[in-house]
Amino acid sequence: MAYNEQELAAVKEFLYKIADDQLIIGHRNSEWTGLGPLVEEDIAFSSIAQDKIGQAQHIYEILHNLGEADADTIAFTRDASLFKCCHLTEYPIGEYDFSLVRNFFFNHAEMLRFEMLASSSLEDLAKLAKKYRGEIKYHVMHSDTWIKQLGKANEESHNRMQAAVNNTINLALGIFEESDSADTLKSMGVFEGEKVLQSRWLETILPILESASLKLPESSNWQPAYGGRKGVHTEFLQPLIYEMGEVFRLDPKAEW
Amino acid sequence: MYGNAQIDPKEKAKSLTDGEDPVLLAEFEARVSAGEKVEPKDWMPAAYRKQLIRMIEQHAHSEIIGALPEGTWITRAPGFRRKLALMAKVQDEVGHAQLLYSAAETLGKTREDMINDLINGKSKYSNVFNYPAMTWADTAIIAWLIDAGAIINQVTNSKGSYGPYCRALERICSEESFHLKYGHDNVVYLATGTPQQRDMVQDALNRWWTPIMHFHGPPDKISQHTEVLMKWKVKMASNDDMRHKFLEEYVPKIWDLGLTIPDPNLRKNPDTGVWEYTEPDWEEFKRVINGDGPCNKERLQVRRWAEEKGAWVRKALLKAETKYTVPLA
Repeated sequence: MAYNEQELAAVKEFLYKIADDQLIIGHRNSEWTGLGPLVEEDIAFSSIAQDKIGQAQHIYEILHNLGEADADTIAFTRDASLFKCCHLTEYPIGEYDFSLVRNFFFNHAEMLRFEMLASSSLEDLAKLAKKYRGEIKYHVMHSDTWIKQLGKANEESHNRMQAAVNNTINLALGIFEESDSADTLKSMGVFEGEKVLQSRWLETILPILESASLKLPESSNWQPAYGGRKGVHTEFLQPLIYEMGEVFRLDPKAEW
Repeated sequence: MYGNAQIDPKEKAKSLTDGEDPVLLAEFEARVSAGEKVEPKDWMPAAYRKQLIRMIEQHAHSEIIGALPEGTWITRAPGFRRKLALMAKVQDEVGHAQLLYSAAETLGKTREDMINDLINGKSKYSNVFNYPAMTWADTAIIAWLIDAGAIINQVTNSKGSYGPYCRALERICSEESFHLKYGHDNVVYLATGTPQQRDMVQDALNRWWTPIMHFHGPPDKISQHTEVLMKWKVKMASNDDMRHKFLEEYVPKIWDLGLTIPDPNLRKNPDTGVWEYTEPDWEEFKRVINGDGPCNKERLQVRRWAEEKGAWVRKALLKAETKYTVPLA
């Protein structure tokens, strides 16, 4: 498909946003390897991380076909200010309750996003979206199962999960920060927009939270953590990116 | 990844068969000798059960502790290909721990008790994981050569007598063979790469050679104890035999890559066909296994952190009315 300059910029920005989210949250999930509350969770978080990082790589490859650098260069050498991930993905793993609630919010948003993208006019992405739904389905099952179990198991686990929901909601809402080129993407048939996605997301997660005896804070108190989509990040992203590229940068002539 | 189980030299040398019913013992030994597998509900000598619990438990701990030195490089792996492969590799190791804890549980010790014994230092794990992975090249050497040593040990032990352990080992070995390919590919890239990459991998090999030579354990003292364990097919080969097998298979491959092994005495004697080498420092081995290695404290601290931080999650999985059930296999 031939794009004009404005359309190409809009598509690239959109792809960067999705891929950066997948890469950074995948990287964070991989940090649970060896540290999970039980070995089964090390394994589950690692599987989820591998899927998400693999998805990021494929989307960077679409960007490469649109004239950007290759996937490794994009992921391992870009400066943090060029990343378009949302703040939710950037935070350190913290405790299991935070990591789980983060995944719960993020997985549902990604599942719905890829459902919308399965009919996108951006054919390469639509093809991937169809494939990814099959992977993300299991990420969603994982976080839903745990949310329900821990939300209701005992007082301590309920309180921890409710606190994690309260502390994470604003970060989660940051997923849906609208881009300046939203109208362009919509008119091109690439993506219907973050508002549509956010409302579908809320419809999906509310009954699950309810069945887990958990509540979202009052919407009048919501203060979405925006900025990530514009390259304004938390203090946690730069060190993560620096660490990720530590070996890659050692020798620019090297093949690893 | 795992070396041979360590038999505690301080253990009293009393007969392993004291107090056993001679008829049951004879039947048991006849079955084992005929190549039958022993299953969880079968009669077995108390010393057989005890030694197997110790071996399988040490093996499981080695997998979970072994995930740590390589795991710290997942966040630094260079490029998507290596990052994804290392994640999958370390995930496999944790999966091996899961399989092995289940196999050990069939003998009557709970996973919780095993992990508590790991954290309080009562139970050991493979000595090599008390050494640090200093650079990316260390992870390549670990994935190739430590896993190679582990495969030799585990293929041998998978011919042993305890059914659940043998079956777990067969699955583990098929995964380890992929780790070996991954590790070898990684070392090949470094050894044939830029001068900096070649230096990195040579340095890593220099650092890891002693732990690699330690991997299969000190030369066995031939005792009655060892003979009985071999008859019961708990111990399947001597530590020196396994070390020799490793040298036979891997030293030529290391030399092929143009790497130098830091032992001037290492050679295959053309007359005897036996590998000769400088004995590694076994005093260092003893010191490290008894807690005084470069990373012992850190490894257990990380494990303790994971257990303590995860306690509320495990508690939230329990129902008051359920009782612990020993898995069948």
